[in-house]
Amino acid sequence: MIKTDTLIIGAGPVGLFCVHQLGIIGLKCEVVDNLDKIGGQCIELYPDKPIYDIPAVPECTGKELTNSLIEQIKAFKTNFHLNERVEEIKKIEKKWLIKTNKGTEFEASSIIIAAGVGSFEPRKFPTKEIEKYEGKQILYSIKDKKIFKDKTVTIFGGGDSALDWAIELSNTSKVILVHRRDEFRGMQASIDKVNQLKDEGKIEVHTKYQLGSVSGNEKVESIIIKHDDESIREIKTDYVLGFFGLIMQLGPIAEWGLNLDKKTIPVNTENFETNKEGIFAIGDICSYPGKLKLILSGFHEGALAARGCFKYAKPDEKYRFEFTTSSKTVKSRLGVKE
Amino acid sequence: MAKVTYIEHSGNSHTIEIPNGLSVMEGAVQNDIPGIDADCGGGMACATCHVYVKEEWLDKLSKKEDGEEDMLDMAFEPNKSSRLSCQLLVSDELDGLTVSLPSKQG
Repeated sequence: MIKTDTLIIGAGPVGLFCVHQLGIIGLKCEVVDNLDKIGGQCIELYPDKPIYDIPAVPECTGKELTNSLIEQIKAFKTNFHLNERVEEIKKIEKKWLIKTNKGTEFEASSIIIAAGVGSFEPRKFPTKEIEKYEGKQILYSIKDKKIFKDKTVTIFGGGDSALDWAIELSNTSKVILVHRRDEFRGMQASIDKVNQLKDEGKIEVHTKYQLGSVSGNEKVESIIIKHDDESIREIKTDYVLGFFGLIMQLGPIAEWGLNLDKKTIPVNTENFETNKEGIFAIGDICSYPGKLKLILSGFHEGALAARGCFKYAKPDEKYRFEFTTSSKTVKSRLGVKE
Repeated sequence: MAKVTYIEHSGNSHTIEIPNGLSVMEGAVQNDIPGIDADCGGGMACATCHVYVKEEWLDKLSKKEDGEEDMLDMAFEPNKSSRLSCQLLVSDELDGLTVSLPSKQG
């Protein structure tokens, strides 16, 4: 059991800046995120796209913004629990008990939900009959590539994940790459490599095809792929891999008894607390009259939510507002040497 | 101003007057039309505002920008008439546009 003042759900820009705001007022926090890296949508959806509306930063990419925020909170030595999703929360007396899908448990006096539009999950094949094979022969990520040795693997997708795995697995497996159009969107070097392997007969490529159906009993035996012109082709395969990127799903947050408005959590704008005492929501996931889904708004929301957490963490102390420019206490928390 | 008709996968149809300059996605979201999620808010970064455009309208729409086709790779059951509705800006010329919504967005 990890004891902390505040648990932050979501390591996107808003969650990261909130770590800072908690840190300078002397509160400790831990951060949980379902992605395998820090940065949220900035890092997952647009790491290289320039952003032009961060105050005092005329232009930066999602990746640069993330790196700057990580730098800004370095002094607080925050623990990040990546690849983990918060599943359950429970209030026991005045504390929240929080449990993740990996079994990590936290005890915190408050929770800040900075989860964007929810957690990132792989996009799945639309076909219904695949469910019984998912996680077995139909996979959306690879944990152990050895299972594919000397097997036939059919890979769907046109981006870097699909191309990289097609190249990698072609060393030890029979690889068939299927994509819905002729153009691939990965790095040019990967596209060239795939074309070369195709010419050498090491990868079979079918474009303008999508998955039609899957047949098999215990295991997948074959699949039907459908061309744009409706013609079909049967492929005998041991494994089917789908790389269609990630989609955001609200997930377990919907089960926690919070008021919801579509996929967002209504909050008051005084401290961004939800209908549950000690649970706050900031960033894209919160809603209130006039809400703008901008990173800069999320920074403001995090600053106020952090102050809102203070009374739960230190009920016997009075919160005192201080500036970073003048407060010795704040500077020492930031590790500034004078 | 243009009248845009959204046909849900169930067959329910909604015809809405949308002011020029809004996107077909925003028109749907502001009028609570179910079936368009628009998770990223119009940044062409999520493919959850995917629609099928009626064939006779395909050529009348603005061409796809770089990146839209890439995002459509990730959409749920995309086909030749697929577009991201956040990229379709409403103008008088779009009066009468009809789009069908996929069975789900992801």
